[in-house]
Amino acid sequence: MAGIQQIKLPSRIESVDEAALKADEFAKEQGLGDDFVSAIDLAIRESVANAVKHGNKFAAEKTVDLTLARTDEGFEITVRDYGTGFDIDEIPDPTNPENLLKTNGRGILFMRSFMDVVEWSNHEGGGMVVKMIKRQ
Amino acid sequence: MSDITISERQAGDVTILDLDGKVTIGEGSVALRSAIRRLLGEGKSKILLNLAGVGYIDSSGIGELVSSYTAVNKEGGTLKLLKLTQKIQDLLAITKLLTVFDVFDEESEALSSFS
Repeated sequence: MAGIQQIKLPSRIESVDEAALKADEFAKEQGLGDDFVSAIDLAIRESVANAVKHGNKFAAEKTVDLTLARTDEGFEITVRDYGTGFDIDEIPDPTNPENLLKTNGRGILFMRSFMDVVEWSNHEGGGMVVKMIKRQ
Repeated sequence: MSDITISERQAGDVTILDLDGKVTIGEGSVALRSAIRRLLGEGKSKILLNLAGVGYIDSSGIGELVSSYTAVNKEGGTLKLLKLTQKIQDLLAITKLLTVFDVFDEESEALSSFS
């Protein structure tokens, strides 16, 4: 069964829990199993946290736009922010020995570890979009 | 309702913090940071974090574990981890932090390792 849900969230930390809760409900409605839901949960938390903190920089007038879609392929998540963007290739590898004791920078690693596809792009209307797919 | 409850026990000169709940961005991470800073302020620098009750952790929570580890080390102390759930173990493996932390399954074994 296919389905889609779109949610606009304010740029605050509480949106991370809200996004995860909505995704959890939606994924369970779609009949997805616990391990699958758990992977989606982590990916959404990390991507929404990045959008709030690094993308929108907590700006009250900017939203984080979350789209959840059940597709024939599996589960697709897109998270859009309205920030100035970043170059994914410039993000340091947190598993390099010199970065192991850094206190941040692991969110993207988790997204890539638990999702099958993670792609970033610039939105034509401004901001960054991360698209993630978990195949079934 | 708070995301996390942190209870403190003493075993000799080792302070055990039993964590119950989520260590995630926001309240959970802040609560852990406050607890560690308070212990260091009280001169308690042998710390064992019991994570058996931590059902969920995100990258911010992992970062807070690292921050706690470095803060304790900086004061000449030691921070070790006890009873990781499978999920936390997986996340520490992905981040290669299992090579950084001393991790124990048994409390008695963990306590012995401080002496």
